Amino acid sequence: MTLRSVLIANRGEIAVRIIRAAKALGLRTVLAHSTADKESLAADLADETIEIGPPAAKKSYLNIEAVVNAAKSAKVDAVHPGYGFLAENAEFADAVTAAGIIFVGPSAEAIRLLGDKVMARQVAALAGVPTVPGSDGRVTDLAAAIAIATRIGFPVMIKAAAGGGGRGIRIVGDADEFARQFPQASSEAAAAFGDGGLYIEKVIERARHVEVQIIGDGDNVVHCYERECSLQRRRQKVWEEAPAVGLPDDVRLRLCASAVALGRAVGYSGAGTVEYLYDDATNQFYFIEVNTRIQVEHPVTEMITGLDLVQEMLRIAGGAKLSVSQDDVRIQGHAIECRINAEDPYKGFMPAPGTIETLVVPEGEGIRFDTLLFAGYAVPPFYDSLLGKLIVHGHDRADCLARLRTALDGLVISGIPTTIPLHAALARDASVADGRTHTRFLEPWLETDFAQLARARENA
Amino acid sequence: MSTEIKSPLPGVFYRKPSPESAPFKNDGDSVAADDVIGLVEVMKSFHEVKAGIAGTGIRFVIDDADAVMAGQVIAEVQA
Repeated sequence: MTLRSVLIANRGEIAVRIIRAAKALGLRTVLAHSTADKESLAADLADETIEIGPPAAKKSYLNIEAVVNAAKSAKVDAVHPGYGFLAENAEFADAVTAAGIIFVGPSAEAIRLLGDKVMARQVAALAGVPTVPGSDGRVTDLAAAIAIATRIGFPVMIKAAAGGGGRGIRIVGDADEFARQFPQASSEAAAAFGDGGLYIEKVIERARHVEVQIIGDGDNVVHCYERECSLQRRRQKVWEEAPAVGLPDDVRLRLCASAVALGRAVGYSGAGTVEYLYDDATNQFYFIEVNTRIQVEHPVTEMITGLDLVQEMLRIAGGAKLSVSQDDVRIQGHAIECRINAEDPYKGFMPAPGTIETLVVPEGEGIRFDTLLFAGYAVPPFYDSLLGKLIVHGHDRADCLARLRTALDGLVISGIPTTIPLHAALARDASVADGRTHTRFLEPWLETDFAQLARARENA
Repeated sequence: MSTEIKSPLPGVFYRKPSPESAPFKNDGDSVAADDVIGLVEVMKSFHEVKAGIAGTGIRFVIDDADAVMAGQVIAEVQA
């Protein structure tokens, strides 16, 4: 069937993005929102809105029953979960399906399988995808765990099987520390995730974060090349690019082929991302995890391929086959995305909700701004601090960086502090321009280079 | 006399350090000025709320995981 209507079970810029994509396909759009999001851009754009609960996400956006009831009462054909909230919750996918409604994304089984980090690692290994040296699955016995850690070499990471997105990870430097941390990690994982299962991985000291966008229709899977997200603060991505900087072509081919092999192995349907660590020193890549949803940084892939990933997700959910073959997907130029957050970069990234006084969005060739903002909008304190994503496309990376500097200078958000100054500084940094970055680049850089800029600003 | 303890930040108020833990304080407990009585989550980051005043017989007026505005009363104590 072709979808006629969709309920958006999310908020913020991604709700706006999904509503626009659905409308472009002629779908009736229904937004499920909390009381805090009654006055929002997404609520304004949607054809219909349904209130699902109070501001706290636990009582609204994470309330499976409330969301499914909203979808039933709105009589929609499908539910799009966006990212975050219930997007990777297999129970939610099951509940939507049980209500006779299509879940826009992979099957609940695929979410469950790939959401268990140990299972995902085994699936990856079986599909021939290189994994970070570590334990074959879960380890429970301390002596056996120490033997594994000693074999692969310290430092190692103790990771929670049910973790992910940077949560539930401890880095230990030697066997004594390992013996102390291992039992603690298990009880902490049990408390945080309801599953005390642990596994062990080697620490790749100077790694880049590279990930491959895949999209499948249940039978066929194609990749849309890779993104690089090495600039991170507290394991949260700050700046993303496509394609990855300086990746040799043969490595790119093997990397993307491995992601497709993994997608095929599970009969993947919808948009997904296979995440890897890439070791510059050896040109080796290692599987980390699969995200079974659309990602925040999907626009950089759209900019270099010309695809609309959200529209493609909706078409596939409606039963269509992939609209492109692998040969149709080509890289054109370079794209960079800056996450603009409601945080004060001069005050330790303190979150800063509040009312937007003015909003000026730069316009021009290759510039896109995905946002939930409008002048006069009161950014609520209840959700994450993402205000928008400035995405810039150029003929090549140098051209893209030049356009990005101009676009950042033209982007004005007043009323609350934002991370625009951080991005303006990164866009002018020599190491960033040369692609000499890795996952542990940004935090020390903030302490040195950015702190220096902040002092100069104070003295000016 | 009864003194109000107000939230310094807007966000979501939590009475426990984690969902499985015991509350920082139960109704009726005594508090010291430096005691943490809860957390306010603002944009996914957590900030401790201290009593700010010593007292007895603390009584919470909002529930765990309720939304709070900056300046809203969280609890009352006899100081």
